Amino acid sequence: MSESAMPSAARRAAAHAGIATARQRAALLLLGLIVLSVLLAGLGASVGSTGFDSVLRLADDPLAARIVWDIRLPRSLGAWLAGALLGLAGAVAQGLFRNPLADPFLLGSASGASLGVALALALFGVAPATVWLVKLGLTGAAFAGAVLAVLLTLQLARGVQHTLRLLLAGVIVGVVLGAVKDLITLAAPDIIPSMQGFNLGSAGFIGWASCVLMAAAWCVCALAAWVFSRALDGLSLGEATAASLGLPLAPMRLALVAVLALATGTAVAQTGLIAFVGLAAPHLVRSMAKVTHAWLVLLASLMGGVLLMGADVLARWVIAPQELPVGVLTAVLGGGYLLWLMHRRTGQGSVL
Amino acid sequence: MGASVGPCPVLQDIHLPVLAGCWTSIVGPNGAGKSTLLRALAGLMPHTGTVHLLGRELADWPRRDKARALSWLGQNEAAADDLTVYDVAMLGRLPHQPWLAPPSAADHAAVEQALRATHAWDWRQRTLGGLSGGERQRVLLARALAVQAQVLLMDEPLANLDPPHQADWLLLVRALVAEGKTVVSVLHEVSMALQADHVAVLARGRIVHHGAAADPDTHRAVERVFDHRIAIHSVAGQWMALPRLHPTAAPPFPDLNENPSHAN
Repeated sequence: MSESAMPSAARRAAAHAGIATARQRAALLLLGLIVLSVLLAGLGASVGSTGFDSVLRLADDPLAARIVWDIRLPRSLGAWLAGALLGLAGAVAQGLFRNPLADPFLLGSASGASLGVALALALFGVAPATVWLVKLGLTGAAFAGAVLAVLLTLQLARGVQHTLRLLLAGVIVGVVLGAVKDLITLAAPDIIPSMQGFNLGSAGFIGWASCVLMAAAWCVCALAAWVFSRALDGLSLGEATAASLGLPLAPMRLALVAVLALATGTAVAQTGLIAFVGLAAPHLVRSMAKVTHAWLVLLASLMGGVLLMGADVLARWVIAPQELPVGVLTAVLGGGYLLWLMHRRTGQGSVL
Repeated sequence: MGASVGPCPVLQDIHLPVLAGCWTSIVGPNGAGKSTLLRALAGLMPHTGTVHLLGRELADWPRRDKARALSWLGQNEAAADDLTVYDVAMLGRLPHQPWLAPPSAADHAAVEQALRATHAWDWRQRTLGGLSGGERQRVLLARALAVQAQVLLMDEPLANLDPPHQADWLLLVRALVAEGKTVVSVLHEVSMALQADHVAVLARGRIVHHGAAADPDTHRAVERVFDHRIAIHSVAGQWMALPRLHPTAAPPFPDLNENPSHAN
């Protein structure tokens, strides 16, 4: 039957069949990531020094219940949320800067958070007596540092008009704030162990309050990223084309930079610096499904959550009863996977 | 459409009335400011002076109305390697879609029509990154067509296209003009530019000539801005610009030369 002889509804259906398969792949990936998240959460509740016993004795042993409900679950969920924030921020950063190497810490938020923590530690000390107060202060300092660093980057780049200037300013802010942090640690060497813990990252300190905070931040960021997802698609054709399509580029950049600052600031404040999740999650999604940004931000976010929660479970399990710093694991695993992806792709004649 | 662009680093004192329902080509040597002029016409770069679109100053157009009336095809811009061909063409419908609304039946129909017009429909599921340069250019052209704008501005639309698809593009532009659309293109290939209705000759940021493509004065102006290193001939009813390998020597194929060019 010739194409013109086909009824138009059937033709239209055939026409969109290809698009439907792309969407179906994305939906399948979404489902897979959700199932994996639930499984990993279950695993996260079962892994620890008291093992699976605590889950079995949940009903009749108050101690076991406390271990599962107040330590393991918030920690696992927190790791997922922090990973989700970083994955989301990574997808937004790569779309906004039209650069597959962009990561969420690009605008200086990582070094800003580091500096904030170093300053707080140096000023208030590492007094164990006021642990929760110190922790609250450190979280606040990390968040404030991250957001202030992004604001400084914006100031140096004189706004969000020029992407390249924004990138360069981010690099400069990162280097300079990192140097200031190093100066502070030199002046106050007793904060070095705490700083090291922060730099390596850990989900070990996440309680329910942190989970609620991160969940709220994730809702705001995911909504904003989704609202601007079509603009990100348009931007992928270049700034001039995006502008010619009537997209409000300036407000969009501002909103997305705010998303970057909020997502990375919140995640870093709760877990310390966790490498590679934000960079790797969008790449992993793209290697599995070619989707528009509306899907990409969501899938990359779930992928980030799965990656970090999986890494956290692994970190608690590999050398149990001791723990590996989760940042080290994400760096090794994420780096290894990206390397494999790169070689597989270059073998096919395209680069990552 | 008309432009009057005042002094800026690249362009000076431009007055360019672009006739509606016509195809105007901008030609000139490298660095003459052709792309800059096109960007100024599209309102994509700051400049002094004013550009009028359909009788109304460009700056007065609401953003989305302007995007629906004026479609832009840039040069070497795309990086959307991970989007499918269909999704890329659908981006041309952004000015027509309410914010966050899913594509309507009209959007799907426009995208299909545009992709078929550039013979890109068969690879609508492939990603842009998996296409060759010429295939990619046809997809980007489809994206610009999908806007269904009254005015189309295209910067080097023939880049990477093989001769059959260059011919397709010519037919496409002729069809658009026949529908009453206005097309302005920057073309470095002079023979292609001479297929237009009107030719604007640009040199060192100034329009040195603006006239009908068949006008001998236009041909002389084109030869002049290229330092008489080309000669324009009529071959099989079409105007051809052929390189002159020795500026002082006689033009090649003198028997084909209906309009003897003026040597220095």
